[in-house]
Amino acid sequence: MKDLLKLFLAFAKIGACTFGGGYAMLPIIQREIVEDRKWCTEEEVINYFAVGQCTPGVIAVNTATFIGYKQKKTAGAIAATLGVIFPSIIIIMIIAAFISGFAENTYVIHAFNGIRAAVSALVVNAVVKLWKSGVKNAFGLGIFLVVFTLSVMFKLSPVYFVLASIVAGIIYYKAGGKVE
Amino acid sequence: MTYFLLFFEFFKTGLFAVGGGLATLPFLYNISAKYGWFSADSLIDMLAISESTPGPIGVNMATYAGFTTGGILGSLAATIGLVMPSVIVILIIAKILEKFSENVYVKASFTALRPCVCALVAVAALEVFKVSLVDLSKFTSFSKIFNIVNVKSVILFALVLFLTNKFKKHPIFYIIGAAILGIILKM
Repeated sequence: MKDLLKLFLAFAKIGACTFGGGYAMLPIIQREIVEDRKWCTEEEVINYFAVGQCTPGVIAVNTATFIGYKQKKTAGAIAATLGVIFPSIIIIMIIAAFISGFAENTYVIHAFNGIRAAVSALVVNAVVKLWKSGVKNAFGLGIFLVVFTLSVMFKLSPVYFVLASIVAGIIYYKAGGKVE
Repeated sequence: MTYFLLFFEFFKTGLFAVGGGLATLPFLYNISAKYGWFSADSLIDMLAISESTPGPIGVNMATYAGFTTGGILGSLAATIGLVMPSVIVILIIAKILEKFSENVYVKASFTALRPCVCALVAVAALEVFKVSLVDLSKFTSFSKIFNIVNVKSVILFALVLFLTNKFKKHPIFYIIGAAILGIILKM
């Protein structure tokens, strides 16, 4: 029970610190879960994000469910998921019930423009960490460049890139490439 | 009855919206047209608030739409409906991966998936830059290309990038600092 509460609180903290959607959550997860609590490795976080890209639902929730499951099976998955959505529910209810014109408020706009600049920098750091544990040889570099270029040029759904990468990975293995 | 319908409609949204919070938007327009619980115009306001408050955008949208429709219970019904398909699907995948984590095909897949995800997150980062560091609407000609750059944002971006790599403080420290600077500098 104590472990479930720990999962709930850790993910509530992550939910409360995430500004701007699933990707903005990555630097917070790397800090809270990988570095401070060591509940999973950098590689595992990327694996979870990969699965989250091509499964239904909100990526932040998918990642919380995965990490929760790894710690304490199904009960852990539910505790982590409830944790990550808890701050949203409370904050949005308060705004919806009591505050009108929140998003048009000058202070909110100024603060949020500042937050966006900071989150941009935090996401750059997150990408550098992903690069270090994800792109390790010429094959990885090739995949990165192809996916990056095609994704910038054409606004395709991530699902196609994920599925194509799985095929590429299996061909690479069949051709004698080293997998880990 | 409304609570059950809210749960059901957001369950469908959670099941079919693949690829993150913004993918829920077309489904919410559909719900608004079908039931009239909230107007299409109010969805724009909900999106603005969801993007400027902490938490996953999809979850924020569901909580807001549910609250507008049915108060506290409505928001719980909508939010739990939205996340339940994710939880079920991920639990199934997690159980399968647990069993097959040493399988060479699973390993081969993830060997290619890791650089793929790295590229996808890098592209998403570019999108964040587009809205936070430059303002494309101010573009007039290539000779005045620097007019579109939000100078204050770029400086703050560079400052945070420098500080995060020098001091390993918690990300929230920089987020709160940037919010305060944003207000002081009227960004």
